[in-house]
Amino acid sequence: MPEMTYLQAITDALREEMRGDERVFVMGEDIATYGGAFKVTEGLLEEFGSDRVMDTPMAEAAIVGTAIGAAVVGMRPVCEMQFSDFVACCFDQLVNVAGKMHYRQGLAVPIVIRLPSGGGFSGGPFHSQNPEAWLMHAPGLKVVAPSTAADAKGLLIAAIRDPNPVCFLEHKNLYRRIRGDVPSGAYETPMTARVAREGDDMVVITYGGMVWSALEATEDLEGASIRVLDLRSLVPLDEEAILEAVRECGKVVVVDEANATCAAGAQVSSVIADRGFEFLDGPIRRVATPDVPVAFSPSLERALLPQVEDIRETCRELLAY
Amino acid sequence: MAISTTTTAGGAGGDDPEARATAIAGEAPPAADADRLTIADRTGLLRRMLEMRGIEQRAMTLYRQGQVPGSFYDGFGQEAVSAGAAFAMAPEDRLCILHRDLAAHLIRGVEPERIFAQYMGRMSGLTDGRDGNVHFGDHRLGCVGMVSMLPDMMLVAVGMAMAFRMRGERRCALTWLGDGATSRGDCHEAMNWAGVQRLPVIFVLENNQYAYSTPTRLQYAVDPVERAAGYGFPGVSVDGNDVEAIFAATLEARERAIDGGGPTLIEAVTMRMHGHAAHDDMAYVPDELVDHWRGRDPIELEERRLVAIGVDVDSVRAEVAAELEQALARAREHPMPAASTAGDGVFCEGKAQALGDGLGPWSGYA
Repeated sequence: MPEMTYLQAITDALREEMRGDERVFVMGEDIATYGGAFKVTEGLLEEFGSDRVMDTPMAEAAIVGTAIGAAVVGMRPVCEMQFSDFVACCFDQLVNVAGKMHYRQGLAVPIVIRLPSGGGFSGGPFHSQNPEAWLMHAPGLKVVAPSTAADAKGLLIAAIRDPNPVCFLEHKNLYRRIRGDVPSGAYETPMTARVAREGDDMVVITYGGMVWSALEATEDLEGASIRVLDLRSLVPLDEEAILEAVRECGKVVVVDEANATCAAGAQVSSVIADRGFEFLDGPIRRVATPDVPVAFSPSLERALLPQVEDIRETCRELLAY
Repeated sequence: MAISTTTTAGGAGGDDPEARATAIAGEAPPAADADRLTIADRTGLLRRMLEMRGIEQRAMTLYRQGQVPGSFYDGFGQEAVSAGAAFAMAPEDRLCILHRDLAAHLIRGVEPERIFAQYMGRMSGLTDGRDGNVHFGDHRLGCVGMVSMLPDMMLVAVGMAMAFRMRGERRCALTWLGDGATSRGDCHEAMNWAGVQRLPVIFVLENNQYAYSTPTRLQYAVDPVERAAGYGFPGVSVDGNDVEAIFAATLEARERAIDGGGPTLIEAVTMRMHGHAAHDDMAYVPDELVDHWRGRDPIELEERRLVAIGVDVDSVRAEVAAELEQALARAREHPMPAASTAGDGVFCEGKAQALGDGLGPWSGYA
């Protein structure tokens, strides 16, 4: 099984699907000749040509809107937002046109929007956001956020094959930092949660880039057995896996890199409070970015984004509860 | 045909949109294109316009009786725009239809019975009560239903055209847009993208002088048909109350599109003769403007032409009236959707089905 980076696994998924299904094409700003701002699509132009690897005008609403049009006449577009922050520019097309189409008219919209997201590298307020909660709140959109290279490939393939609009959050801080064994060929990773590490004294529930922070924070914490649950998919949300973890562990820390209010973690906490209250041995504790834009200067950014030490401290407090 | 390419200052009436509308409206009816349209075609066009008006008049009554929930939006006085444009398309073409374009649905093959059921929030096979009365499109007939955010559907139409070109198909996408929609960014993004990629798409700008209460002089500084040149494709302005003129302009645009000649912007200059919706008395519209356009009714204009060549238009009217009474009676038999199904269908659980072809007897001129 070849080892590759998270980024290479995403490229591999695109290549596999484009080879296997001529309806699949990729489109976005600077993705063809330049290979994308992060080089995720590098090499695809040479293999598949400029129709299927399309440099678009700098127009995010048009990228999503035209993808919808192509999808409803039989294509399988995969769009790249250069940074996930720019999804705000095409929010109307995504939420009002794509998200509601099947409910309103029974017309499926099989599109994928790739969203390079997350901070930690002084990207500032417009290149560091985690917009998943915006998308989760819109009916009709699926939202997935892999943390490993193997899941990045499998979830992207699953997203491309899904008949619905899927927002695929790929954390920029994982692109080259995270490596792993990635199966060859095409495979689908289910849109369900995965146990990233077993444990039964406490569970940290998170997704995306924060999975690695949570693993590091709880690796050796006063000998406690701490489970890490990687959600992988936010819509659909694997409520049964969440409740099973709470039932078996009793104490819960929920971690988001996104701003705290109405975050994915807020929804997870709500599910637990509603359906898992009797399993709890302590308060649900949350770690998230405060409701502040992600600042540019490293000292400010570190103060805002959840750090390994923040997660460790919260876990330590809850263990002692 | 009364088609003027607008490479000069604003076409008829110059840059003043109201003067321009008046100038176009004041022209004599253009001669019919006898080479293109048979008598049966022209009678078909009249019939679709009569059906559209008849359906909408009955629906307005149903609304006032409380049988159509929400509000009701009609295209009174604009029947020629959707009838003429949709008629020029092929069954394998794809359309994004707006809220004042009912005749396009009829041309694609949607039965009046289902339209009445849709208006009343009943099971219709169109949205089954899930979307507001005029927001529908039968995807099995190649149509995508609009959203309220205008001009979002322009981008969807451009995307369909992009897929046609990628696959090397001789097909075309068409969408309508209003004068208000020209102000939003999606309109620019769509026309720019279509121009850059020279896509087989037709934009029919339905310039009915008002976006809700806002007149065009507060919407744009220069008539938007002029913008087409800036995007690298032709813009033509036609009498929006002349169904045959719109047909001819659309047919020409379609031929150019499928031959690789790129997009066309067609401005159909017309007048919204009712308020924005049923609740709106449009007191903000000057009486003389309404009076002027009342004298240029698109249905009466086409009837005069057909009477002159011996068509019995009274019979056509009577047939349409009888057809619609029966359709409405049948529509009342459609059940209301079961409350237990309100949450169904948010996601597609099976395979994605692409849009189908138009199946109406009149959805295949091209």
